[in-house]
Amino acid sequence: MQLEEQTITIDGQKIPFQSGQTIMDAALAAKIYIPHLCYHPEFKPHGSCRLCTVMVNGRYESACTMPSVAGQEILNNTKELNENRRALTQMLFVEGNHICPGCPKTGNCQLQAVAYYVGMLSSHYQHFYPYRDLDPSHPDYVVDFNRCILCELCVRASRDVDKKNIFAISGRGIKAHLIINSPSGKLEDTDFAVGDKAAFVCPVGAILRKRTRYTTPIGERLYDKQSIRIVGDSQQLHAGATKYGRK
Amino acid sequence: MAANKIRVATTSLAGCFGCHMSFLDIDERLLELLEHIEFDRTPLTDIKQCGPCDIGLIEGGVCNAENVHVLKEFRKNCKILIAMGACAFNGGVPALRNHYSLKDCLEESYLQGVGVVNPLIPNDPEIPLLLNKVHPIHEIVKIDYFLPGCPPSGDAIWTFLNELLAGQEISLPYQAIHYD
Ligand code: SF4
Ligand code: SF4
Ligand code: FES
Repeated sequence: MQLEEQTITIDGQKIPFQSGQTIMDAALAAKIYIPHLCYHPEFKPHGSCRLCTVMVNGRYESACTMPSVAGQEILNNTKELNENRRALTQMLFVEGNHICPGCPKTGNCQLQAVAYYVGMLSSHYQHFYPYRDLDPSHPDYVVDFNRCILCELCVRASRDVDKKNIFAISGRGIKAHLIINSPSGKLEDTDFAVGDKAAFVCPVGAILRKRTRYTTPIGERLYDKQSIRIVGDSQQLHAGATKYGRK
Repeated sequence: MAANKIRVATTSLAGCFGCHMSFLDIDERLLELLEHIEFDRTPLTDIKQCGPCDIGLIEGGVCNAENVHVLKEFRKNCKILIAMGACAFNGGVPALRNHYSLKDCLEESYLQGVGVVNPLIPNDPEIPLLLNKVHPIHEIVKIDYFLPGCPPSGDAIWTFLNELLAGQEISLPYQAIHYD
């Protein structure tokens, strides 16, 4: 006897899932876009950005951490949920320093792309303009803390894949910030190296390879022509990164 | 027929005039636009005070006391106020100075900067006082529409104004909205 296929329903569309898959995993496999920033298919979900919040049987849940359970009725692409996502995105913009015209990641940045997707036309809130540093000490990488959105992807990559534990988030609430695990707090005093997984996962312009930016002309960059819903995540720019969501 | 025309004012606050250049990039369509609109205060007419207007286009954030004054004058006189460009949106490149104290910025520019001769911080009373930080304009007055971009393209400005004048909901293609 063949087992009946297990399904969940997202915005009226029935999709299959395998046991152990989260709602996000199942959605991506079915090419349904659920906005996300801290999720990356290769890492254990972190559930911190809340961009992926969907309505599951009438309750808010984060799609990247919520296991798929047969029969779930899920709302994803609704006006209300996208408005909440827009507010979250605006908060991320005002909480850091995101001057896109002066950022090497612009055009290839996932925060920007998500903001376009949710129709963010203004930052709406009052800007914090926090004072945050820049660490250019490493010969090949620069860390610009002004643009960090605390997604912990570099933390997870360095800890779980590179086994180096170079990055961590320190402090709580509004004081939470990225730190570098070396006596000086500088990247040059770690064994961070060009081939590290942590060098390829930052969705924004916070961890940047030196001397490789501004190489793609405006109009040709990842998110210039089509929405992130179609194009997929920004990590795909790096060799070996997972590609999905492509048409 | 002037009485039926939509009155438009524009200004550049803490911006680089790039948005105005982009506005001029609508090229000969400007003539078509002028059949429907007339300009009040704008760098194009050199009118110095803003009178009652239908639409105000603001380029740039606010970095000094005069910017705040002009912005409030626009809000008072314009029925619809539009933030145009990246600096109006979140301070833009001028807001990079928000990392430093005003004192440090002035000293770096006028005292210790590379190639400075006759080091002296300008303090002529005619020069507007600088604010401690550069701010986006939505932090000062209510803004009705935002058109991001550094600058927004001439086509985006054209489409935006046309839809606004036609009383339509503004809907720009994906490629027309960008923050850079
Ligand atoms: S990280 Fe992204 S959102 Fe932030 S300044 Fe750079 S391009 Fe803009
Ligand atoms: S540096 Fe990048 S990858 Fe690391 S937490 Fe910040 S935004 Fe995420
Ligand atoms: S992607 Fe799910 S909380 Fe960030």
